[in-house]
Amino acid sequence: MSKLRRFLGTLALWSLSLLLAGCSSALLDPKGEIGVEQRSLILTSFGLMLIVVIPVIVMTLVFAWRYRHRGRSAYRPDWAHNNWIEAVVWVVPCLIIAVLAALTWHTSHTLDPHKPLASSEDTLEIQAISMDWKWLFIYPQQGIATVNEVAFPVDVPVRFRVSSDSVMNAFFIPQLGSQIYAMAGMDNDVHLVANHPGRYEGRSTNYSGAGFSGMTFEALATSEQAFEDWVETVRGAEQRLDYPNGYAELAAPSQYHPVEYFSSVTPHLYEQLLLSFHDGAEHADSHADSHDVESATATRTDTADHRVGHHHADQQYALRRRPTRTEAGG
Amino acid sequence: MTTDTIKHNDDHAHPVTHGHSDTGSIKVFGFWVYLMSDLVIFGTLFATYAVLMRGTAGGPSGAEIFDLRLILAGTLLLLVSSFTYGMAVLSMTAERLAQLKAWLVVTLLLGAGFIAIEFYEFRHLIHAGFGPDRSAFLSAFFTLVGTHGLHVLFGLLWLVVVLVQLQTKGLNDMTRPRILCLSLFWHFLDVVWICVFSFVYLMGVL
Amino acid sequence: MLGKLSLDAIPYHEPIIMVVAAFMAIGAFALIAALTYYRKWGWLWSEWFTSVDHKKLGIMYFLVALVMLVRGFADAIMMRTQLAMAAGGSMGYLPPEHYDQIFTAHGVIMIFFVAMPMVIGLMNLVVPLQIGARDVAYPFLNNLSFWLFAAGAVLVNISLVVGEFATTGWLAYAPLSGIEYSPGVGVDYWIWALQISGVGTTLTGINFFVTILKMRTPGMTLFRMPIFTWTSLCANVLIIASFPILTATIALLTLDRYLGMHFFTNDFGGNMMMYVNLIWAWGHPEVYILILPAFGVFSEVIATFSRKRLFGYTTMVWATVAITLLSFIVWLHHFFTMGAGANVNAFFGIMTMIIAIPTGVKVFNWLFTMFRGRLEFTSPVLWTLGFIITFTLGGMTGVMLAVPGANFVLHNSLFVIAHFHNVIIGGVLFGMMAGMTYWFPKAFGFTLDETWGKRAFWCWLIGFYLAFMPLYVLSFFGAVRRMQSYANPEWQPWMILAWVGAVVIMLGIVCTVIQLWVSIRDRRLNADVTGDPWNGRTLEWSIASPPPHYNFAHAPEVGGIDSFWTHKQRGAEAVGEAPYQDIHMPRNTVAGPVISLFAVVLGFALVWHIWWLAIVAAVGGLISFLARVFNDDIDYWVPAEEVARSERVHQRRRVARDEWQTNGSALGGFAPADLRG
Repeated sequence: MSKLRRFLGTLALWSLSLLLAGCSSALLDPKGEIGVEQRSLILTSFGLMLIVVIPVIVMTLVFAWRYRHRGRSAYRPDWAHNNWIEAVVWVVPCLIIAVLAALTWHTSHTLDPHKPLASSEDTLEIQAISMDWKWLFIYPQQGIATVNEVAFPVDVPVRFRVSSDSVMNAFFIPQLGSQIYAMAGMDNDVHLVANHPGRYEGRSTNYSGAGFSGMTFEALATSEQAFEDWVETVRGAEQRLDYPNGYAELAAPSQYHPVEYFSSVTPHLYEQLLLSFHDGAEHADSHADSHDVESATATRTDTADHRVGHHHADQQYALRRRPTRTEAGG
Repeated sequence: MTTDTIKHNDDHAHPVTHGHSDTGSIKVFGFWVYLMSDLVIFGTLFATYAVLMRGTAGGPSGAEIFDLRLILAGTLLLLVSSFTYGMAVLSMTAERLAQLKAWLVVTLLLGAGFIAIEFYEFRHLIHAGFGPDRSAFLSAFFTLVGTHGLHVLFGLLWLVVVLVQLQTKGLNDMTRPRILCLSLFWHFLDVVWICVFSFVYLMGVL
Repeated sequence: MLGKLSLDAIPYHEPIIMVVAAFMAIGAFALIAALTYYRKWGWLWSEWFTSVDHKKLGIMYFLVALVMLVRGFADAIMMRTQLAMAAGGSMGYLPPEHYDQIFTAHGVIMIFFVAMPMVIGLMNLVVPLQIGARDVAYPFLNNLSFWLFAAGAVLVNISLVVGEFATTGWLAYAPLSGIEYSPGVGVDYWIWALQISGVGTTLTGINFFVTILKMRTPGMTLFRMPIFTWTSLCANVLIIASFPILTATIALLTLDRYLGMHFFTNDFGGNMMMYVNLIWAWGHPEVYILILPAFGVFSEVIATFSRKRLFGYTTMVWATVAITLLSFIVWLHHFFTMGAGANVNAFFGIMTMIIAIPTGVKVFNWLFTMFRGRLEFTSPVLWTLGFIITFTLGGMTGVMLAVPGANFVLHNSLFVIAHFHNVIIGGVLFGMMAGMTYWFPKAFGFTLDETWGKRAFWCWLIGFYLAFMPLYVLSFFGAVRRMQSYANPEWQPWMILAWVGAVVIMLGIVCTVIQLWVSIRDRRLNADVTGDPWNGRTLEWSIASPPPHYNFAHAPEVGGIDSFWTHKQRGAEAVGEAPYQDIHMPRNTVAGPVISLFAVVLGFALVWHIWWLAIVAAVGGLISFLARVFNDDIDYWVPAEEVARSERVHQRRRVARDEWQTNGSALGGFAPADLRG
């Protein structure tokens, strides 16, 4: 089957690259292993489908012409049933879908965004928070944060933990593969890796309001050394990111936000933000309402800190389980 | 399959195709279909409640606010009203107009009692600061129970209409299917309430 | 007094809107003036607005749909123009707030106010005729359904000039559509327009479900029903089972917005993922509500013009039923990227693919219907052939999207946009155009002009490929949906190509308008005197065109599939001969339009928080409804003499045709001349 897949893939790649000749195509020119697998998956399924699609198109044209009104081919007005034909038209699609279903089952697991990538390198954790309308990246291990720019070394698996400060967004770097939804109070994640250094476009793909089009960021995949240098540059920045005060300022809506570096960041900012949506009473004042941010978040942070301090493990578990509530809900 | 002709057909001999001579049964069937679609609405609200049940956001949970004795009283009223409506339909079949009206009035009073209890419960909760805007759980609770209550209220309005029509027109081809449809509606609400009672109140308290 | 409404609500500062509004105002004024001048108001009111005749309601549905198609297409071409301009730092000519309203309105209008009324309109016109019924099960409700739908359409159009429309995307995902992030009235317009028209749709679903199950003519068992009736039955099952979910979901969003509840809010325990689940639990069946009747149209068209029985009738029916059932367990494929587990994603992915099997079977059945047939390339056939090829491609991209692993990179991109236009234009729209051309003579008594019909087809076909193939390509570059502008200038040539495609589609719409005009002008030349212009197979062709308001003088008794065709093959005598009887029919009603007028006022008042007006309108609507309930005078008898008169005319024409046909067949079989009438 894998031989067939490879053949179909090559066939499809050929036809597609003819179509896309001369342009740099993000999905057909992936730079990380997840993206590479997804390209081959797209091409394989495309090739499998062509087994039915091409005959259908050919048959449509041939039958229509051959049995046209003024044609001389056989005319059998009451012929409306044939066991063989009916068997074939059920069995062939069934077979193709069976192959595709097996492929789907397999790849849904291998490409599961929540699945850590096998690698000799340690996984780097980056927390991505979508705001109106920009991306905040927090590096918990390095204690730094950036806006609209994210960097990581090549060949190091990265676990992006993705959440939102406001409405739903989706985190996506097309050349690396899989996107994932960013939702307030939900701790979602996607595991990605870059195998080639470069600057890749990243963006929110889920429409989130007026500033959506400008909600892009740059992903820098660099060498280990260059990454260290980049971290140092960020550490040298003047700004610090404090939660909740400075954070609230940053979270206020803005469009086409420039890249920003923060030399330090309040510990557990990401977790505190998640909790802030679950507290209820403490969160009574809308967080978009900047007048009340001070008083409201003061109490909120107290409880949040308390919880983070004492029940960290529990919370972590609870939070991690949360996004998968779709499994049960619905 | 091919042995067919289109024959002539006397209209009055075929009630199914004759649009209106059999409207009664078509109305009742259509009402069944409507009830099924209404059931989908309740199903959606039940699912919503199940998802949001734990979303108390620091507010009270069901166990803290449900007064089971009060609800039990309401439940009994509604169950008995279903029985009295059943008696009303029996009276209709027996062509006893006065009896029919009497049973309908009893049903009306019982239904109004149920609504009064629900109204009292809601008012009490809102005054205690546990209104539907307090938490997702309370939103889902008020909406599910309130939607049922609105249905009952509509049923009461319908009962009034039927009583007025019985008064002015008596039992005829128009009022008969309406009484039957309302009967379906009333029993349907009873069944939904039993689900609400066990799923929301009993499970909430236990 | 006026709630949130003030003069500021009218967007004076938006020149585009003002110009559009001016055109609309001029058009409306001209229409009103013409109606007044020709004294047509009374006729319009008593013959059309208050009519409970399913045929007239069907025509009105279609008419509103065509008008809304122009409105929705205007949105489309504005979007394509914006994207053709807004590359590499340019912001185009539409600011985000405006652009966002346009794509939201485009989606809402095209689905709810174009595709749905076309499908429901066609069902109205055709289903009762195909099953040999005199009317639907609940004629008054049918009128009410239409007017509630129209009320929704009116609200959407009011939003253009008073206030704003939603900027949330057509499904108004929470929490973006919540009061915190969308404090304006746009989402409220969306809510009430959909809620009011949605109630109408649910009533239609119940009405036609009961009609098909209970009102069939003697002898028409379920497995003798025409395929269009079958697909309509399944679509109505889907409506009954899914529209209440939409109603409930929108109601919950309404409670969040109006009463500060927390169903879908970020905080207080709300759950936005539930909104997405619920809206798609309705949304996915919805696409099958649209496509199944289109499948039915193609089945009728291809059998009729191949002059041959439909291949595999039974498989066709079972495939339809299978699709109906499966459509309820695939909704999660609209959000694989939400982060559900691999097992859940794989399950929904595989279920989705399984739908491709019955769909594929249907395609093969259409192909084998042509096989050994005598296919005439009339414009309905062209739409059908265009559909088979286009829809197959759309189905292929649909299956690709159904593979979660692939979906992770294709989701939210232009691939999705290209895919669903691929199936909705190539499937639903082509189907409705085919259906319109096919049944137009039945509704009006003359055929549509073929030349302009074919021109419309070619414009739509070519325009579709030009407009949407570039979007597939762009998705591979990483272009996403709902962008108002983009940084990468390399995308611009493709966007311009897509714009050209949209212009070609516009020519297609223009062709349809010209086609209607030319056909009406030449209506005597194209008259369908026999009631059977295509040598049809099903019962609707056995009666006059346009049919008498009571449809059938006698309930026809059928003994098989395609009974009218078999009947003609045997050369049996014409249907519906004397003696005639009085026929019982429903009376027209003023309640439908009046209740819906109150519904418009109610919706408007709720949008603007004008509470007193909302109460007045609600009470008004209730009283009008009660007035209807207390009205006994809802039906009447058509005297047998009147039936005899109109039937005699039809008989005469048919006899003349039969004679012509006997002579004509010596010269070479069924005349393509049929098309010219």
